[in-house]
Amino acid sequence: MRISASTSELERIRAFVADHARRFGFNEEDVQDIRLAVDEACTNIIKHAYQWRDDKEIQIRIGMRDSEMLVSIIDEGVPFNPKNYSIPSTQDQLDQKKRSGYGILLIRKLMDKVEYRNKKSRNEIRMIKKR
Amino acid sequence: MSTFDIRTRSKSDAIVLEIYGELDAHTAPRLEKELKKLIDEKFVNIIVNGSSLDYISSAGLGVFMAYIEDIRLQKGDIKITNLKPKVFNVFDLLGFPTLYDILDSEEEAHSRFKSSS
Repeated sequence: MRISASTSELERIRAFVADHARRFGFNEEDVQDIRLAVDEACTNIIKHAYQWRDDKEIQIRIGMRDSEMLVSIIDEGVPFNPKNYSIPSTQDQLDQKKRSGYGILLIRKLMDKVEYRNKKSRNEIRMIKKR
Repeated sequence: MSTFDIRTRSKSDAIVLEIYGELDAHTAPRLEKELKKLIDEKFVNIIVNGSSLDYISSAGLGVFMAYIEDIRLQKGDIKITNLKPKVFNVFDLLGFPTLYDILDSEEEAHSRFKSSS
C-alpha cells in the first residue's frame, strides 16, 4: 500500500492492516494492537519525518511467515534515530506539558519486535507480531 | 471519511463531552478546539464520556495531557468515564489511570465533582 503522508489517511491505513491481521488469523485483541502500532508509526512519519508535508508518501508492506506478521513502513523523510529516544514518564510529560514521545513507547509495548533500518534516503520501521 | 464526532451537554455542575468514533492525529485537533473553548469560557469541570469512543491513539491522549494542568490550576478536572475495554487498555498502557480519574459512569464523575467542591 502506498499512501500520501496525511492524517486523513490514518483511518484507511488502520482498516487495511486490521483486515490483513484478521485474515492471518490474529485474535481481535492482537488486531487492535497491530492497528494502533501502525497508526502510531505512520503518525510519527507524518509529524516528524515529513513534518506535515502531505505531498510525501508512505509505503506499507505486510507479510506473514510461519506465525509472525511483519509490517514494514517506509518513508523518505528525516530519519528517526532510536538512540536519541528516551522513554517518557507520564508525570514528567504532564509537568512539562509535553504530548509527544508516546507513539514509540506504545509501538514497543504492542509489538513483539521493532527494528529501524536506514538506507540512503529510505527509512524503514519493521514491526513483528507473533500470533 | 472520518466517523468522529463530539457532542456537548451540561449536566448539573459539569460539562459532558460525548466522543464518538475514532480519535487519532486527524481528529484530535477537534477535541482540542472543544476543550480550549470550554477552558476559555471557564468551564473547567469536564466529564468525557467515552461510551461511543471506538479507538484512541497517543495523539488523542495527548490532548488530555496538554490541558489537564490548566484545568486543575483553575480548580477543575477532566474525568473520563464509560470507556470500552479496548480504549481503556491504551490509557492503561501509558499509565493514565494514576493521573486521571477514569470512572465507570458519569454519575460517579458527578459525585466526585460534588465531593471536591
